[in-house]
Amino acid sequence: MVDPILSIRDLHTEFVANEGIIRAVDGVSFDVFQGRTLGVVGESGCGKSVTARSILGIVEKPGRVTGGQILLRPETGGEAVDLLQLGPKAMRAIRGPEIALVFQEPMASFSQYYTIGNQIMEGIRLHLKLSARAARDRAIELLDMVGVPQPARRVDEYPFQLSGGLRQRVMIAMALACDPRVLIADEPTTALDVTTQAQILDLLRELQQKQGLALILITHDMGVIAEMAHDVAVMYLGRAVETGPVSEIFTAPKHPYTRALLRSIPTVMAKPRTRLPTIEGSIPHPSNRPAGCAYNPRCLELIDDLCRVQEPPETGMAGRRIRCFLHGGRP
Amino acid sequence: MSARSEGLEAPVLLEVKGLKKYFPIRKGLLRRVVGQVKAVDGVSFAIRKGETLALVGESGCGKTTVSRCILRAMAPSEGAINFAFEGRTVDLATLPRKRLRPLRRHMQMVFQDPYSSLNPRMVVGDTIGEPLLINGMTDRAERRRRVLELMELVGLPGAAINRFPHAFSGGQRQRIGIARALALNPALIVADEPVSALDVSVQAQILNLLLDLQDRLGLTVLFVAHDLSVVKHVSDRVAVMYVGRIVELAETEALYRRPLHPYTEALLSAAPTPVPGAVSQRIILERDIADPANPPPGCAFHPRCRYAEARCKVERPDMVEVEPGRQVACLRAGELVLRGITDMPHEAV
Ligand SMILES: Nc1ncnc2c1ncn2[C@@H]1O[C@H](COP(=O)(O)OP(=O)(O)OP(=O)(O)O)[C@@H](O)[C@H]1O
Ligand SMILES: Nc1ncnc2c1ncn2[C@@H]1O[C@H](COP(=O)(O)OP(=O)(O)OP(=O)(O)O)[C@@H](O)[C@H]1O
Ligand SMILES: [Mg+2]
Ligand SMILES: [Mg+2]
Repeated sequence: MVDPILSIRDLHTEFVANEGIIRAVDGVSFDVFQGRTLGVVGESGCGKSVTARSILGIVEKPGRVTGGQILLRPETGGEAVDLLQLGPKAMRAIRGPEIALVFQEPMASFSQYYTIGNQIMEGIRLHLKLSARAARDRAIELLDMVGVPQPARRVDEYPFQLSGGLRQRVMIAMALACDPRVLIADEPTTALDVTTQAQILDLLRELQQKQGLALILITHDMGVIAEMAHDVAVMYLGRAVETGPVSEIFTAPKHPYTRALLRSIPTVMAKPRTRLPTIEGSIPHPSNRPAGCAYNPRCLELIDDLCRVQEPPETGMAGRRIRCFLHGGRP
Repeated sequence: MSARSEGLEAPVLLEVKGLKKYFPIRKGLLRRVVGQVKAVDGVSFAIRKGETLALVGESGCGKTTVSRCILRAMAPSEGAINFAFEGRTVDLATLPRKRLRPLRRHMQMVFQDPYSSLNPRMVVGDTIGEPLLINGMTDRAERRRRVLELMELVGLPGAAINRFPHAFSGGQRQRIGIARALALNPALIVADEPVSALDVSVQAQILNLLLDLQDRLGLTVLFVAHDLSVVKHVSDRVAVMYVGRIVELAETEALYRRPLHPYTEALLSAAPTPVPGAVSQRIILERDIADPANPPPGCAFHPRCRYAEARCKVERPDMVEVEPGRQVACLRAGELVLRGITDMPHEAV
């Protein structure tokens, strides 16, 4: 297998709060490959967004990365660089040209006071050293590429003048401004209608094929994952509990959490008025992490004296890993 | 067996006829009216006792406005809303506010956002008990008994009666909202996107709860949603809305298997399904939904419709009953053969 472009290894990110230390990301590991999409899925609060922010080195205060590695393979080949070892200036050169992020809250990540053209041009001028004129042309070209109609006119509009779908396209144009090798899209379609969602997913797929992007797609929607991802990482309480190729995750899921998650999805094929299988209880807060396997209070298959006391190690092989005693790692 | 077993022959509880709601667009210093947002523009449907009717469609098509008119949270511009209760029928659309009050307890709303719809300074017991108090249940002990009963009904631990909303998860807050809505034994529940803010696992719990409650209490439900998978699980019939009008109405299974309106077909094809690779034949709707302040002439869907003909640009289709229980508003309804979920690769890998 080819080397991953980006490898996350045992990443830890913590917030210090009144209730104690919140381990928002607690040992997550996964690989991302050029020209492929990694789907990161899991319930609200499992640490998807904090993982994304950690990769870019923009975790909000008082949070900080406390351990692990973020290994980026240089474009020219050679040794991977651990982004956690880079200083602020070197990290600025990574954000944009190497790794870019489409944020979960599009309105919060735009400025209301600048035209969308100016906001796209800011990144271009910083990194590509283009003249104002050339940067503007590039912005129009980008808007055209992501399917914004009449880009030469839209470039001078403000974010509030755009519909939700167009705003999301502009967000993507902004992220692509400096030709990144890795694009992280955090819930890029959650706030959108199914019809608009279909347009945006189509766009992402097309961009990826054309430009050979490595895409990390964060979502809690298994339907979106099935459609978009080549590889999947299922997260629970700050960790990847199962990773693998999309077909295996959906047809032969191993972790009881993955299986329960898949069963609880409503589908258009259901018989009307049928009940859905549910997962008991709810995801605990990270400051309240259960001992042993974090999923044990909700697990129907737990091995009593083991899962409650001991944390399952990651087992399996490259590209198909799992953290569950049912599938290995028993002492 | 269940209170629902009367099935589709049950009497009509709510009949909406020719409902319109226009919002004025004002401009300038004098706030002169320069146009109208035709948020709801001639909607008709009926719901039978014990039935769930789903109202689906893209953002801005008028779903919430229809719900708010039914509950008289706003006054309709035109049309009738006939509600059957205690052996008679009243038109909610024209009823004066004062005469509306005794009726309100029969219709209750469940909201989308369990976070903002609860008063953060009120303990759960008071939140659920408030409608009881307002409607004259002044005896504390009696109220407490009923609140505990309601909490049990929706699966909340009675021990939580004195806690504040922030101590509950999203799913639990939605249960509180449902318990409050049920406090006065309403006949009709209007649920506006009740699960769209919830995680899949919690969403499944709440959907099951709604189905159970309906069976036990014989509730009638208007279920507003944009997620067609969710709708498939809960509804008996589905009404599809587009720019202020209903374009198709049918029994759930029939609508999903054999849609008669091109917009329904496109919506069904856009719904993501958890089957890897099941995407190839998606119909991508170009352009955004039309502006209800300035809807296109003819059929409002024609600019996005892959089957549109010249006449679709000028002639506005009315809802026509094409088969018993099936209505559609499309000029080409008789001739088009559209794809339903079983013709789409939802199961293929
Ligand atoms: N600034 C912060 N201060 C304290 N805790 C935080 C902060 N940001 C995130 N957290 C906590 O970290 C955990 C992970 O949050 P994160 O936003 O990554 O979740 P997520 O998986 O993206 O969820 P969602 O699906 O809701 O977006 C949560 O428990 C959250 O409460
Ligand atoms: N108070 C109001 N004044 C003016 N226009 C309004 C008002 N309320 C709603 N509208 C407009 O009416 C149309 C229908 O809105 P409505 O909220 O009913 O849509 P919806 O189908 O519920 O959408 P969503 O799925 O986003 O909730 C929209 O174009 C909206 O902008
Ligand atoms: Mg997030
Ligand atoms: Mg609405």
